[in-house]
Amino acid sequence: MHDLSTLVDWSRAQFALTALYHWIFVPLTLGFSFIVAMMHTIYVKTGDEKWKETTKFWMKLFAVNFAIGVATGIILEFQFGTNWSNYSWFVGDIFGAPLAIEGILAFFLESTFVAVMLFGWGRVSKKFHVTASWLTAIGTNLSAIWILIANAWMQDPAGTKFNPETARNEMVSFANVVFSETAVNKFLHTIFQAYLLASFFVIAVAAWYIIKNRHILFAKRSILIATVFGLLASIMVAVTGDASAYNVAKKQPMKLAAMEGLYNGRTHAHLIAVGIVKNNDDAVGFKIPGLLSILATHDVNGFVPGINDLLNGNQKYNIPSIDERMVSGKLAINAFRDYKKAFNTGDTTSMALYKKTLMDNYKNFGYGFFKNKSEVVPPVKITFYSFHLMVALGFYFIAFLLWILYLQYKDKFTQNKLAVKLSFIGIFLAYLATELGWIVAEVGRQPWTIQDILPVSASTSDIAVGNVQITFFLFLIIFTALLIAELGIMFKIIKKGPNLKNEEA
Amino acid sequence: MLKKIWHFYIDSFLHMGKYGKRLFLIILIKLFILFAILKVFFFQDFLNTKCKTDKQKSEYVINQLTKP
Repeated sequence: MHDLSTLVDWSRAQFALTALYHWIFVPLTLGFSFIVAMMHTIYVKTGDEKWKETTKFWMKLFAVNFAIGVATGIILEFQFGTNWSNYSWFVGDIFGAPLAIEGILAFFLESTFVAVMLFGWGRVSKKFHVTASWLTAIGTNLSAIWILIANAWMQDPAGTKFNPETARNEMVSFANVVFSETAVNKFLHTIFQAYLLASFFVIAVAAWYIIKNRHILFAKRSILIATVFGLLASIMVAVTGDASAYNVAKKQPMKLAAMEGLYNGRTHAHLIAVGIVKNNDDAVGFKIPGLLSILATHDVNGFVPGINDLLNGNQKYNIPSIDERMVSGKLAINAFRDYKKAFNTGDTTSMALYKKTLMDNYKNFGYGFFKNKSEVVPPVKITFYSFHLMVALGFYFIAFLLWILYLQYKDKFTQNKLAVKLSFIGIFLAYLATELGWIVAEVGRQPWTIQDILPVSASTSDIAVGNVQITFFLFLIIFTALLIAELGIMFKIIKKGPNLKNEEA
Repeated sequence: MLKKIWHFYIDSFLHMGKYGKRLFLIILIKLFILFAILKVFFFQDFLNTKCKTDKQKSEYVINQLTKP
C-alpha cells in the first residue's frame, strides 16, 4: 500500500514543475508573435530598412523562443497516462477533442507559416511574407485556445455527461465546452497576460541596449511598439481579471474565499487591498468597503460566502454544508458500484434505480472521497498572497507602462535611468505575475482535478512513489541542462545585437 | 509548385546560420530524450500495462473509484 498523500504530492509537484518549464516559453511565443507581426507590417508599409532589421532581430529571438518551447508540453501528456490514469480515463474524450484540434492547428498553421516567416526574406513576396507572420501569430494563439478550454473544463465541467457503464465523461455539447464562461474568461485573461509578458521581454532587452549604450534608436523603436502593445494588454488583463473573479465567485466560491482570506461571509463584503491572512479567521489589512461584493456579484449588497459558510452551510443563502455534500457524494459512489454489479448481472430494474441515485447525486460525486470536511479547503495563505501580489503587479504594470509611454512621448525615456532600469527589471516581475496567476488558478482550486467531481486523491495511478520521484528529478536535470543550452543561444543573439549597418553602433 | 516548396525548405535548412543549426541539434536531442527514453522507459501508459481492452480499463477504474 502506497502512502497516497505522498504519491499525490509528488505527482502534483512533477506536473507543476513541467508546467512551470512549459509556461516560461509559451506565453512569450503567444505575445511575441504579434509584436513581430506588427513590426513586420510597419516595414512592409513604410519600406524603411531600419524596420526590416528591427523585425529580423526580434524574429530571430522569436524563433529561438519558439524552438525552446517545442515539445515541453508533451511531457504533460505523458504524465496524464502514467501518473494520472484514473483521471485520464474518467475525463474521457473531453481532453481528446480539443487537444486533437490543437495538434492539427499547431501543425498546419504554426509549422507551415513559421518556416515561411523565418526563411522568407527575399524569397517570397513581401505581402505573402507579412501574411505568414500574421498567420503564425494567429496560429499560435488559436492552438492555445484548445488547451485552455481543456483546463477550463476541469474548473467548470460544462457540456458533458457521465456514462456509468464506461466510467467516462462524454461530450454532449461542444459549444458548451468551448464557450463556457470559464473557458472564455480563462482564454482571454491568459492570452492578454501573455501579450503583456512578451511586451516586457522586448522592453527589457531594449532597455539592456540602452544601459549598454548600444543600438539606441533601435531600442527606442522597439520599446515604443512594446509599450503600446503592453499597455493595451495590461488594461485587458485587468478587465478580464474582473470577469474571471465574477465567474470564480459563481463556479468556485471556495477558491474566491481563499483568494480573499474570507472565512466569514457577508454582504457589503470588503476587498483586502493589502493585508495578511490569519489562521481560521478573516484576513486583516487595508480594506475597500463593498468592493468584493461588487466584484463577486456585481451588487454592493451581494452576499459573498466565506470558507466557514461553505464548510458548515448557510441556510439563509441556500448553501449546503460540506457534510451534506459528502453524504450525497458517498451515495453517488455507492450507487456507481452497485450499478456496475447490476450491469454485470443484467439486472435492468436495479440498474435504473442505481443510475437515478448516481445521477441525482453526481454533482457531489467528488465529495464522497473525503473523510474530513476540512479537506476541501485549498491552501489559503499561498492562494491569498499569490492573488494579492499578482493584482498589485497588474496595477503596477499599467502605471509603469503609462509612465514610460509619457517619457517616450516627451523623448526623455533614455535619459531617465530609473525608467530604463525598471524597464529591464520588468521582465522578471512580468514572469512572477504570470506564475502567480497560474498558482492562484491551480492551487486555489485544490483539492480538485475536476471541480466537485474528482479530487486529486482519486485521480492518481496506483504506482510507487519512488517511480514518480525518479522521473521528477530526471526531468529536472535533463530540462535544466537543455534550458541552459537554449538560453545560452538566446543570450548570444541578444549580445550580438541587430544588424544595423546604416544606423548607430 | 511542390518542387518549389520542397526547395524552399531544403535550401533554408541548408543555409541556416550557426545558431539555427545549434538550436535544431538541441531540439533533436530533446525529442530523442522525450520519445526514445522518457516515454519508452519512464512514462508508460499505466492502464495499458494493467488492461488490454477498454472494457477492462473501465472496470479497473470503476474498482479504483468505488473501493471502500
